[in-house]
Amino acid sequence: MDITFYWITLSLYFISTSLSIVYIFRRQGILFKGSLAFTAFGFFTHTLSILIRFYESSHLPITNFSEATSFFSWCIVLLFFFLEYRYRIGLLGSFILPFVVVLLLSSSALPSEIKPLNPLLRSYWLGIHTVFVFLGNAAFALASGVGIMYLIQEKYVKSRHPGGLFERLPSLQILDEVNYRLITLGFPFLTLAIISGALWAEKTWGSYWRWDPKEVWSLITWFLYALVFHVRFVSGWRGKKAAILSIIGFASVLFTFLGIRFLIKGIHIFE
Amino acid sequence: MSIIVVGLNHRTADIEMRERFAFPREKLAEGLKELLSIEEIREGIILSTCNRVEVYCVIFDPADGEREIKTFLSDFHNVPLEKLELILYTYKKEDAVRHVFRVASSLDSMVLGEPQILGQIKDAYSKSLVLNTTGVILNRLIKKAISVAKKVRTETRIGENAVSISYVAVELAKKIFEDIHVRTSMLLGAGDMAELAARHLLKSGVKGITVANRTYGRAVELAAELKGTAVKWEDFLKEMLYTDIVICSTGASGYVFTDEQARRLMKERRHKPIFIIDISVPRNIDPAVNEIDNIYLYNIDDLQDIVDSNILERRKEAEAAEGIVGKAVESFLAWEKSLEAVPTIVEIKERMEVIRKEELEKIMNKLNGMSEREIKIVEALTASIVNKILHPSLSVLKEEIDPENRATYIYLARRLFGLDREEGIGEDN
Repeated sequence: MDITFYWITLSLYFISTSLSIVYIFRRQGILFKGSLAFTAFGFFTHTLSILIRFYESSHLPITNFSEATSFFSWCIVLLFFFLEYRYRIGLLGSFILPFVVVLLLSSSALPSEIKPLNPLLRSYWLGIHTVFVFLGNAAFALASGVGIMYLIQEKYVKSRHPGGLFERLPSLQILDEVNYRLITLGFPFLTLAIISGALWAEKTWGSYWRWDPKEVWSLITWFLYALVFHVRFVSGWRGKKAAILSIIGFASVLFTFLGIRFLIKGIHIFE
Repeated sequence: MSIIVVGLNHRTADIEMRERFAFPREKLAEGLKELLSIEEIREGIILSTCNRVEVYCVIFDPADGEREIKTFLSDFHNVPLEKLELILYTYKKEDAVRHVFRVASSLDSMVLGEPQILGQIKDAYSKSLVLNTTGVILNRLIKKAISVAKKVRTETRIGENAVSISYVAVELAKKIFEDIHVRTSMLLGAGDMAELAARHLLKSGVKGITVANRTYGRAVELAAELKGTAVKWEDFLKEMLYTDIVICSTGASGYVFTDEQARRLMKERRHKPIFIIDISVPRNIDPAVNEIDNIYLYNIDDLQDIVDSNILERRKEAEAAEGIVGKAVESFLAWEKSLEAVPTIVEIKERMEVIRKEELEKIMNKLNGMSEREIKIVEALTASIVNKILHPSLSVLKEEIDPENRATYIYLARRLFGLDREEGIGEDN
């Protein structure tokens, strides 16, 4: 059942992504509205699919890599709607939705059958830890998307011959502000994720910190985002440099999430 | 009955002539009354803006009407007719309709796509409504013109890109700062163009302005004019710390703001974005400044380039707009044609016949078992009722001689018998 909804979700997101990409080139309100509507439908079926899976497996469906990726994309869309509602950055979807589809597609390529839960994971910490992780990650994903939009718009303004998307991208000020707010949102989640992870590790393995590669990279990511705050407060760095930092930060998030699983196998991988 | 446009605009008449022929507010009513007192003329509107003076009329005979309108213009403004002939243009029928639609859509404007003209047409129209100088045809024409203009505005990008240097500067400022109404500006030097740009910024909502000039007295003067504050020339760098938009136009022969100064400034500003417009020639701001993050520097050529490419863009959009106008002209002409009597009479008869047949059929189903003869009698009865009721109305349509009245009757008949629905009534009055 959840699989059916999952595929429906993927198709809906695929349609909304295509519409949002066409919207970059053809400025027609109907494309934008259509894209939002399909995303909303998709979000609904996605939620259903997660709930069904929750019900069937009777634990939070974030225990294998496929489920985690799916939950990650769910968080991104949730935040996307919030941002769209709050700031109405018309082109945001064109920059974010493709990433959501890629995430969901990769989720589908991975084994997803419900297995008996590893006893080590059977703890309420699972829910707390993973929800913090992915809410934080989603905020960082959107921050990097907005950061890319900032860099494009900045290039237009600096070039002194603005064209292309110049008209349709929002002002530099708004992009910088949203980028910063998203990092302000993601950072506490990341911090809580690391703390809850440490507490959980203590419960399971008896030590808070074991220099597992995933732990190390989370820490690196944490320092990267801490740097964003630091330079903003201390020397007022904003705009382009902040945007670039947010993109590097998200690359580090992705590496922590994906790279470790496929390149370095630690104990922290799912399953 | 036909529509005629007689007028002059920025292409045919210079500013002096346009001023001479303008109908100022207080003389417009008088002009309209005089125009309508001409026997030939059934309906009339006078549009008078700084770029055009046009008279839209509905007349009996296009040939006579044209002469009458020209004579009216010549008499009213006291200009000999021969002189007038050189600068006036005349459009009749289809061309007149197209012209009015093009004017409303700003396709005939000096600045292609400028938005004021639509408001001016609405004004002119409401003046005529007050004096009751329009009728069925001009009402329809203007309403249609307004809706065409709106369609052009929403479906093409003709009004979208700024086409003057001041506007471009404001557009750019809005892409750097979201909230330009909390931003402050500074005018460095006092060139005319810079002053114009500053005025435009203030009009667009920029919060305040400071003026710095080498001659302090001039700065004070200009600051008073712009309702800003004057600062000493030596202090302008300090002032830049709190300024978001700088317009520079001094007579200096070199840079008054260098790369090094800019770097120091940005550090002190904590990298808050600043938008600098250097209108001076030779340039007063080191172009290298643009390489620094969060400084956005534009010089006069950059702005002019944007203006040029935006004008090109508008011309392209104008082609699409012409298409929209073309379709609207066709549909207007079709409507005008429907105001002729014969087709309307035929349509009304057909409509009534359909109703009669339908009702007859219903009753036949209920009263089965009628003889052939009875059926014939009922048929004849219904047909004669319909004809008797229609007869007086249709004769009015057929026999009215005054074409203006006839058009009104036909228009009404079409609505009363449900052949037409009114388009766009109630909007924009």
